[in-house]
Amino acid sequence: MAFSLDSEQQRQLDALLSRYPNKQAACIPVLHLCQSANDSWISEEVIQFVSERLGLSTAHVKGVATFYSLFNIRPVGKHQVWVCRTLSCALRGSGALLQQCESKLGIRAGETTPDGRVTLRTAECLASCGTAPVMQVDDQFHENLTPEAVDRILDGLIKGD
Amino acid sequence: MLKRTNFITKNYGKPDCFRLSAYEEQGGYQAVRRALAMPRESLVEEVKRAHIRGRGGAGFDCGMKWSFMPKASGKAHYLVINADEGEPGTFKDRTIMEQNPHLLLEGCIIGCWGIGANVAYIYVRDELHLSKSRLNAAIEEARAKGYLGKQPFGFDFPVQIYVHTGAGAYICGEETALLNSLEGRRGEPRLKPPFPAQAGLFGCPTTVNNVETISDVVLALQMGGEAFSRLSHLHEFNDGGVRLYGVSGHVKRPGIYEAAGGLTLRELIYDLGGGIAGDRELLGVIPGGSSCPIVVPEDRVNLPGDPRYAPYNDKSVLDLPMGVDTFRAVGTMLGTCCAIVLSDAADPVQACRNLMQFYKHESCGQCTPCREGCGWLDRLLDKIVAGKATIEELNLVSEVASNIVGNTICAFGEGAAGPMLAFVQKYRKSFEDYILTGGQGQTRRLAI
Repeated sequence: MAFSLDSEQQRQLDALLSRYPNKQAACIPVLHLCQSANDSWISEEVIQFVSERLGLSTAHVKGVATFYSLFNIRPVGKHQVWVCRTLSCALRGSGALLQQCESKLGIRAGETTPDGRVTLRTAECLASCGTAPVMQVDDQFHENLTPEAVDRILDGLIKGD
Repeated sequence: MLKRTNFITKNYGKPDCFRLSAYEEQGGYQAVRRALAMPRESLVEEVKRAHIRGRGGAGFDCGMKWSFMPKASGKAHYLVINADEGEPGTFKDRTIMEQNPHLLLEGCIIGCWGIGANVAYIYVRDELHLSKSRLNAAIEEARAKGYLGKQPFGFDFPVQIYVHTGAGAYICGEETALLNSLEGRRGEPRLKPPFPAQAGLFGCPTTVNNVETISDVVLALQMGGEAFSRLSHLHEFNDGGVRLYGVSGHVKRPGIYEAAGGLTLRELIYDLGGGIAGDRELLGVIPGGSSCPIVVPEDRVNLPGDPRYAPYNDKSVLDLPMGVDTFRAVGTMLGTCCAIVLSDAADPVQACRNLMQFYKHESCGQCTPCREGCGWLDRLLDKIVAGKATIEELNLVSEVASNIVGNTICAFGEGAAGPMLAFVQKYRKSFEDYILTGGQGQTRRLAI
């Protein structure tokens, strides 16, 4: 089925376009908008839609979508968990924290739970080194994590709506 | 020398710190009125006197950078704020965006006047959702007051500020990669020249400033450029003002602290950071983000040729004031001024490997020496920690790293290679132990 935006999202897209002297510059913000309107991933239909709306080749849009780690080029879980693995977090225990996430969710980093609820990934430095270890769940940062806090957060994702 | 200040951080932690009303109560949006009343050239001269060295890592003088912008190019000019904070260990710009966003906006308006731009884009990394929402709300507040728009503060000089988001790519913190990303392309760095001041965003003259740098401009206008510069102990090194110092890793009180320029690493670790966690010994410290070569306590200042260094010669590098030039002179870099501290509980080989995994993941892949070299270094380090490498392969680490340096379009290559060379040089015995024992007997730990 072809991808499209609802009228509110359409309005947001027009607002984005008004910020730049050309349409191409809106490529990344528009991809973000479309990704959130498409169950958090960039399908071929989304690529087609963005290229038509911005007057770009599909090759250009695909090149952009595949360059950046926050664009998902295949389906992901309902919730996305990113555990920072870079040095400042590693020095404060992110290695054990990642293992805890893996064993509790029953998946490895990079995978999605079989029920499609949670995708677990490692992140490179999330600019929260002073409050390490940190993980990002969807749009939310969780800082100064303890094993108890991680348990609570993951329980919420597994059982919540 | 430790001199705490609170010019940027005064309102941090207060419930309404991000609101326009709180900012104005502290005298906010006054400096911009004075700046807009000044001729553009005088403003640039005032900023030059402040000696604000770029806080994003390169340490280039802000006023000097502004002066490279053409007077009348016949094209649009752009101010771009680099808020793509992602250098491992660095978490200072986020605090400004979240807790003092109007300071950044005031800096942007002054910056626009200084370089003749009517539009500023703040390029924020996408993960920083709170920063984005605080900035967008602040822009709305400023617009509603008429501080942004057609006639800010009654001056006939339209200014618009937009927040633009990235999508998870460390390389977009490199200014020309950032410009490509802002133009809707892959974030691959550009060949220079042309420099952004000649042909930057959309082919137009552009200045790219870091979040903290542009915020410092407001302080410089509030107190006068020279007075701001003199706050720093490194005024004589043309390295002025106050800084946000970060400290993370194995310290008791990790965080962001504002202090006058010229703090020492020892003061940052032991006075502000509260000392090493678990009261262990210091193994090493990465001064300002992962791309800065690591420093060990045994490193000594040895610069007899320059009288400015006389008070520090033969002392530990930990007692040398942290400055752009002072740290370059001892073979490391000040970078973003956010230190990562390793205690002797940490395995330096694992720390090195952790960073190399980062660089391998983040190389944009454009230049062969960086793309292949980072992957090669990563594989060599995997082999070393597995206990399967030879001494020749350890030497190969330094050789591969050396061959990246100077052979790439942007500074990412040096940023990846420099730390590798320093780790192998300073902790060579730890690397050799992995090889000689077949990977047995090491703690392999990073966390205490």
